[in-house]
Amino acid sequence: MRFITALIVTIALNCLPAWAAVAEPQPDSCDVPASLLESEIDLSRATAEMKEKHRLDISVLGTGSSAIPGPDGAHFAYPAQLEDALKRQLSGSEIKVTAHIQPKQTTANMLGSLEKILADDKPSLVIWQAGTADAINAVETEDFRASLEGGVDKMQTAGADVILMNMQYSPRTAAMLDVSAYADVMRHVAQQQNALLFDRLAIMQYWNDIGTFDLYAATKKYDMARRVHDCIGRALASQIINAAHLDALRMQTTR
Amino acid sequence: MLASATAAPSPLPSGGRDLRLDLFRGVALWLIFLDHIPQNVVNWFTIRNYGFSDATEIFIFISGYTAAFVYGRAMRERGIVVASARVLRRAWQIYVAHIFLFTIFMAEIAYVASTFDNPLYAEEMNILDFLKQPDVTIFQALILKFKPVNMDVLPLYIMLLLFFPPMLWLLIHQPALALAGSALVYVLAWNLDWNLPAYPNGAWFFNPFAWQLLFVFGAWCALGGAQRLSAALRSHVVLAIAIAYLVFAFFVTLTWYVEPLGRFVPGWLSSWMYPIDKTNLDVLRFAHFLALAAVTVRFIPRDWPWLKSPYLQPAIRCGQHSLEIFCLGVFLAFAGQFIISEWSGGPVVQTLISLAGILIMVATASLISWYKQMEGRSPAGRTKPPDADLAGGEA
Repeated sequence: MRFITALIVTIALNCLPAWAAVAEPQPDSCDVPASLLESEIDLSRATAEMKEKHRLDISVLGTGSSAIPGPDGAHFAYPAQLEDALKRQLSGSEIKVTAHIQPKQTTANMLGSLEKILADDKPSLVIWQAGTADAINAVETEDFRASLEGGVDKMQTAGADVILMNMQYSPRTAAMLDVSAYADVMRHVAQQQNALLFDRLAIMQYWNDIGTFDLYAATKKYDMARRVHDCIGRALASQIINAAHLDALRMQTTR
Repeated sequence: MLASATAAPSPLPSGGRDLRLDLFRGVALWLIFLDHIPQNVVNWFTIRNYGFSDATEIFIFISGYTAAFVYGRAMRERGIVVASARVLRRAWQIYVAHIFLFTIFMAEIAYVASTFDNPLYAEEMNILDFLKQPDVTIFQALILKFKPVNMDVLPLYIMLLLFFPPMLWLLIHQPALALAGSALVYVLAWNLDWNLPAYPNGAWFFNPFAWQLLFVFGAWCALGGAQRLSAALRSHVVLAIAIAYLVFAFFVTLTWYVEPLGRFVPGWLSSWMYPIDKTNLDVLRFAHFLALAAVTVRFIPRDWPWLKSPYLQPAIRCGQHSLEIFCLGVFLAFAGQFIISEWSGGPVVQTLISLAGILIMVATASLISWYKQMEGRSPAGRTKPPDADLAGGEA
């Protein structure tokens, strides 16, 4: 009987969220507050490559959330969008983003192919998206930490700067999938090993909170996924340009 | 501290119910409820954001304290067999409650799986893969290996109670030895990586080998340990250390949320301090709880007049029926989160849901009190066991 009372009261509250949703603003852009992108870490290797060779080689390592399903998904996913955004802003330099997406791979599994990727791509910057598969598979956070540390170490030894990208903000699955412990580990590893953190979790939550995207929405269409990835690609581009101090370079190359 | 214990059975604390236990357990239940709703502005007010330990520590410590209080008396008055039987019956009740919550959880998950679709979250939806093998999943849940998010506390509690009868006997007859044994298990668990396996991977989120220390420490305090510590608790030095530690923990916690402050935490400190492990009840968390408890008992005496104030009765009521209210809180957190995610809720809705949840918890606790009172008064009603409810709805 208590539970029935509980249900009635909670259902009675339903009408309130509907009003709240109507009242929320709907900005067109997906700008991210500077505080979510700024960092004290410099991407010095990326800066050097740009200065010396006028090119930037970026490798993206990731799992399912670095891709959009479907045959043309890769074209719309954030690695491709990042490349476009960088090319637009750094015209005159050669930008190459190579994506290595392996769905369902835990961080430990991703280490297996890491050396080959680093040898093939010779990136000056690696964007490593991780954590979701580990949370789904309930990998112990200490094992997750060890894999991350090992991977970041290898990347840096191979001469690349590292950006760690954490999970997507996914309110619908939050009841089943608690990613916060893994996000904490990523933040900490980034801090300890001088890697940059791209806080996708906080950025997507921000977009959801201010109404840029309704991430609760159920849809079979790809529009929203594409727009979110486009926005992530652009946010990443501005984080890279800031941290590698490429604003100045952009001025020089366009002059 | 340990040396002061003697081989003679320790005295049971005098006097009746310590309302402070009910009060703080009630508050802990509210905080656990709030923390279990992930998107909730209100959980900025819960203690986990202001120090290392959180409501779980309070809940487990008080549960150990009350379990020893209730079953310790049973063990002295009616013997080890009766007391053990009652502890195990309590474990069984908690098990049934856990499985009941699991059923509700499965219903919610199955609903989300059948209604939610978004290509953006193709990866996250893999979490629902376990629905493809309901036989395995349900069996693993029954043997407490599969525990969905936020359903880790009750299995811990069950494990603690299963091993409580011999520990209780030891606590009554050799309290110092019992506490030392508990600390030894804690140390061994850290050094030898003891934990129970979980499904599909990993280990228990609350490692019973580590968390038993807090439960046993609570029980030890109930069986006379608190009196033994009272001299230390009155000392100004202890108070100063406790307050200094709480302030330190507060500033460290602040750096987690205010990024620019992170530079004030020196590298050697963070590499020594982190990670502050919740699974294995990090020493820093345990110490933080001890400091909180020391400060609390110092400023809130047993006969604190406010304990009789009507304003605190709602929390006290909830603390007095902790198992029911804990389960209700887990359910309400599911329901609240469900509302927030199905109909999207801003801060106003989150606040309303939080308040409504606490009100429902209070109303239910009052209802249970009323039932018990009514049954107690009814002429046909059986006589209650002498110690029922003494310390907060048993354990």
